[in-house]
Amino acid sequence: MGYTIFILLLPLLSFLLLGLCGNFMKPKAAGITGTLSTAAVTMLSYFTAFRYFSAGRGADGIFPTLMPYNFRWLPFNDTLGIDMGVMLDPIAVMMLVVISTVSLMVHIYSFGYMKGEKGFQRYYAFLSLFTMAMLGLVVATNIFQMYVFWELVGVSSYLLIGFYYTKPAAIAASKKAFIVTRFADLGFLIGILIYGYYAGTFGFTPEASRLMSAGMMIPLALGLMFVGGAGKSAMFPLHIWLPDAMEGPTPVSALIHAATMVVAGVYLVARMFPLFVGYAPDLLPWIAYIGAFTALYAAVVACVQSDIKRVLAFSTISQIGFMMVALGVCTSTDPHDGGLGYMASMFHLFTHAMFKALLFLGAGSIIHAVHSNEMSAMGGLRKYMPLTHITFLVACLAIAGIWPFSGFFSKDEILAASFGFSPVMGWVMTAVAGLTAFYMFRLYFGIFWGTENRELHAAHRPKESPLNMTLPLVFLALVTCIAGFIPFGDFVSSDGQAYHIHIDPAIAAVSLTVSLCAIGLATWMYARDRQPVTDMLASKFSVLHKAAYNRFYIDSIWLFITKKVIFRCISAPVAWFDRHVIDGFFNLCGKAAAWLSEKIRPMQNSNIQQYTIWYLAGAVVLVLILLF
Amino acid sequence: MDMVQMEWYLVLATVMMFCGIYGFLTRRNLLAMLISVELILNSVDINFAVFNRFLFPGQLEGVFFTIFAIGVSAAETAVAIAIIINIYRNMKNIQVKNLDKMKED
Repeated sequence: MGYTIFILLLPLLSFLLLGLCGNFMKPKAAGITGTLSTAAVTMLSYFTAFRYFSAGRGADGIFPTLMPYNFRWLPFNDTLGIDMGVMLDPIAVMMLVVISTVSLMVHIYSFGYMKGEKGFQRYYAFLSLFTMAMLGLVVATNIFQMYVFWELVGVSSYLLIGFYYTKPAAIAASKKAFIVTRFADLGFLIGILIYGYYAGTFGFTPEASRLMSAGMMIPLALGLMFVGGAGKSAMFPLHIWLPDAMEGPTPVSALIHAATMVVAGVYLVARMFPLFVGYAPDLLPWIAYIGAFTALYAAVVACVQSDIKRVLAFSTISQIGFMMVALGVCTSTDPHDGGLGYMASMFHLFTHAMFKALLFLGAGSIIHAVHSNEMSAMGGLRKYMPLTHITFLVACLAIAGIWPFSGFFSKDEILAASFGFSPVMGWVMTAVAGLTAFYMFRLYFGIFWGTENRELHAAHRPKESPLNMTLPLVFLALVTCIAGFIPFGDFVSSDGQAYHIHIDPAIAAVSLTVSLCAIGLATWMYARDRQPVTDMLASKFSVLHKAAYNRFYIDSIWLFITKKVIFRCISAPVAWFDRHVIDGFFNLCGKAAAWLSEKIRPMQNSNIQQYTIWYLAGAVVLVLILLF
Repeated sequence: MDMVQMEWYLVLATVMMFCGIYGFLTRRNLLAMLISVELILNSVDINFAVFNRFLFPGQLEGVFFTIFAIGVSAAETAVAIAIIINIYRNMKNIQVKNLDKMKED
């Protein structure tokens, strides 16, 4: 499996080439370079996945964990050090396929979407950097390598959100994303250090005896790591950066803020899953509660947003909440008894990456056509953009959980796992699934049916996007149609053994009914030219509507905490202390030295005999000191 | 005991040394100051020779060092006189109080 190193090297080379020489290349050449390298990586990833899974299970019925590369990068002492390498196990291989597929689609799509943009080469350079970082993250052999690439994806996300660097909103959003995730990563880093100290290794499989003797420190370390994961995966209340991150180009939102980077937190928890189950079982329910609350909160907010990318952003947050719930409701590593959620979470990660990338790319196609993010500029677009319409509908059906689209299968597993945890959790998640169906179809009808903005469409007739944009849509739609039938449990499960997915008919019936009702409601409310029900509801519950539209003022609360509390009560006094006391002390030292030298300067009067007297006097004093 | 005692040499060397220091501090003429420096050097040379003679009679380091110091001081004097001659050529006198061209302001 030695060729796997090229999965990381090719995007890195392409990044260096485009980053250093991009300005000397034609935009098209730069784009082709980036796309070709990503295509090669995709082929390699598929080949790796094929080889890995076709090599079969070991004697214990588990796919072996392979490490084609692992070298000591930074030794701390004889045993502890940071390794860099490539590790292949079922979830890493699954992620390779997901990331490279979505990345390739986004590369192709960007040819059309970003055509004629200033900085086209820079855009492709950053895409390559992101692809490299994300792939490095998933094949990390140890938690520290993961952290290094974790920060790299953060940087590339920052660079790409702020791609339109002349737009103040984009700059603010990129800073916000970086600062919030960095803030969370502080927890991650502390968690890693505690873990490294007590486990004596940064690897994923430490000695059990050391962990047992560490007592409460391992749950603490895992909890702090989850904080980092929550920041990256936009869990409440650290989700505030993700909706703003939509200021970046839409393909970037599809790649980074929907399909790959934001699920890094889920991947992190999945990676540490055996430790969570083994040493911090009390922590998992809290992950589930946070995930469930996030899913509910984001779904409610998504129901009233008018910017289509924001709706999708909140739906992403909600869906990641689902994945977190699925991991959190696990109580053991046995998929038949309390460990189903692990498989469900990874399955949903896989299907969600495909249909959410499809949704975002579809949204990009729409924005490309009408030059606006607002739903008010859309409506009735199905006549103008048939391909986008069909693929978007497929993705909406998938995320709503309608058979036979992929979302149905993975969501059903999550619901089954939730019901296994507690009926309350199960019903809450079912309700959120219903909300999901409702807001997605509100979005769908708002864009493609509903009231058409005739004035705008007459002035600028929307037309279907070019082939290089619709082709990825069609491909992803096909994947969304068939991905549900992949026997996912045969590849990934919590204990590594083959697990055969079986649909629980009761749960499936309930969730299907709820989703269909929600879709029906959305159709009744939004598919018409006029929407009296919506307006009536909005005016009747205007307080609630306004609060939800303003995302329940979470951003304002954060602003209040940071600006009013932290800045004013902590930072300002500390800054005053620094400026006046600390700086003052050193200024005083400097001034005293200047004063003293001014005073003793006349001694140097160019009279050599005077010097000699001073010299002699000094010598005499020294002698006296030495004598007595 | 007809031999001159060691203390007398040391007294002589000390007197010479302080004469040199006094001369260096009071003379205003560069040549006179140079002569005073030579006095200091020579007093040290005497000390070397005397200590060698009285305390370590079997060895020669002190004597060697004296000869070495004489050689060095001869060279140093030559350099110093060359400098003084140059000063004289530039300023038409060799009074130490005039040597303040290198000082700023």
